[in-house]
Amino acid sequence: MIFGVGLPFFLAAMITLIGALAAATMRNLVHCALSLTVAFGGLALIYLQLDAQFAGFAQILVYIGAVAILVVFAILLTRGVGTTLIHVYAQKWVLGLLLAAGVFALLGWAVLTSIPRVAAPAIAVPTVLAIGQSLMYDYVLPLEITAVLLTVALIGAVIVAMPEFKKNGGAE
Amino acid sequence: MIVPSGIVEQADQIFVTLQHLVAGYFPVWLQPIVMAALAVVAIVLTFPLCFALSVWLERKALGRIQNRLGPNRVGPFGLLQPIADAIKSLTKEDIVPLSADALVHFLAPVILVVVTFLGYAVLPVGRNMVLLNMDCGIFFFFAIGASTELSIFMAGWSSRNKYSLLGAMRAVAQMISYEVPLLLSAVVAVMMTGSLSTVKIVEAQSGFTGIFPHWYVFTPWGFLGFILFVIAALAETNRSPFDLPEGESELVAGYFTEYSGFKFALFFLGEYLGMLSIAGFAITLFLGGWGAPLSVLGFVPSWAWFFVKLAAGILFFIWLRGTMPRLRQDQLMNFAWKFVLPMSLLNLVVAGAWRFMPDTWLRWVVSAGILGCAYVLLGRILMRRQGLGPRSYRYAE
Repeated sequence: MIFGVGLPFFLAAMITLIGALAAATMRNLVHCALSLTVAFGGLALIYLQLDAQFAGFAQILVYIGAVAILVVFAILLTRGVGTTLIHVYAQKWVLGLLLAAGVFALLGWAVLTSIPRVAAPAIAVPTVLAIGQSLMYDYVLPLEITAVLLTVALIGAVIVAMPEFKKNGGAE
Repeated sequence: MIVPSGIVEQADQIFVTLQHLVAGYFPVWLQPIVMAALAVVAIVLTFPLCFALSVWLERKALGRIQNRLGPNRVGPFGLLQPIADAIKSLTKEDIVPLSADALVHFLAPVILVVVTFLGYAVLPVGRNMVLLNMDCGIFFFFAIGASTELSIFMAGWSSRNKYSLLGAMRAVAQMISYEVPLLLSAVVAVMMTGSLSTVKIVEAQSGFTGIFPHWYVFTPWGFLGFILFVIAALAETNRSPFDLPEGESELVAGYFTEYSGFKFALFFLGEYLGMLSIAGFAITLFLGGWGAPLSVLGFVPSWAWFFVKLAAGILFFIWLRGTMPRLRQDQLMNFAWKFVLPMSLLNLVVAGAWRFMPDTWLRWVVSAGILGCAYVLLGRILMRRQGLGPRSYRYAE
């Protein structure tokens, strides 16, 4: 026990925090993106430590496998290939600090008020089968809405990319 | 612990028995850790050995395909060539370019190898021979596999070399495009088994009709799923004909141009380990894992079947590499998004229909017919658009 938490949780939390801090303070944008990936990995570890295997692996697959790559691609495609150094402290850092503090307070308040008075009985670790069944039976409408939203986003992306394609005469 | 009876069962379970035997010398509270450690050591020893053998096999077979001898100086048939290669790469100078990002440059090959080794944790190599029987084993493998992309990007970006970066961008684009069909074509096996656990997927295929096994590859959806999975796996591991990211003739080896010595060897190791593990998962998902191909051959140990199938898979990959020309980037992307992806989506629908149709010959005809028609139609339409024929040169004529 370190600071009242177990060692696995402590390590995962430290990885997440250090990764996030590095992502916020490093000067090279690609380094920031890579540190952010470390933070994602730490979050996945926390999920795994909470026995949420599916959520943990989904975090790895989606965030490390896709979102991190997307971030890196966006940096390289918009800012050029060379080293891009940025100013760590923006002009309006006071405003940013206030916003961050506000969001943190809101989240902290939400978490603290949602803790039940008595310890909840331990629930058996949900299997993937149970997750799948609840998605397909109980939560099928939210699932479908998400699917429609993603399809709309995909079509939107294609439309955004389309005019350029026509201008170049690439339709042939 | 239960000692298996009969010589066949004993041969089948020899490694499991051995593991229990060694663990028996330790105190009870230490035994689970010792057993896990033994399994990890076995994996870390076996698969690099497979890597060494498959490199030798690849050089030998490619040599034969190209009408030359291949390695033949070190040891009998050049069998000790991998050892010579290992010593060579260990003693070579480790060059890091002056402008490279030293830390990221160092981390990239390490992350690649570590992550690839993690995938073996859920690969069943024999009956009762899997390190972790996880509830979402297949999902773990794909999640881990997705993070190799980042290490390739790190390698290409940190080298500060335009060829490396181009190679890395190609590799990442290719891997992301083919990851979608890879996952979707694996889903049919999961749908039929009703579980993401690799052990359960193999067990679901372990029955026999007459002497023929119930492998998923012997059904219409399984056959198509297997082919699509192999195509996507080839692209995912950057093997020929999808080896654009490391095309020697155009990119001077792509993302590992600036790597030398042992770091280069690590990339090489990571690549082959990735190929071995993805072939292992293709075997697990569609070729019955460690199951015997005929019921009368059940006396051969299960782990032997797994490695025989793995060797056959690697030979097939080598054969393809010796035969196929490299694709162009646009052909690669068109193939992924316009052919492989629609076919794997259709395969999902057909597999669902198969599941709910009565078990008669009708469902064979219906699903094979749908998939066959879709293959022919989609192929014809795409080929027409390709405008294949004599090539016209705009400037060179």
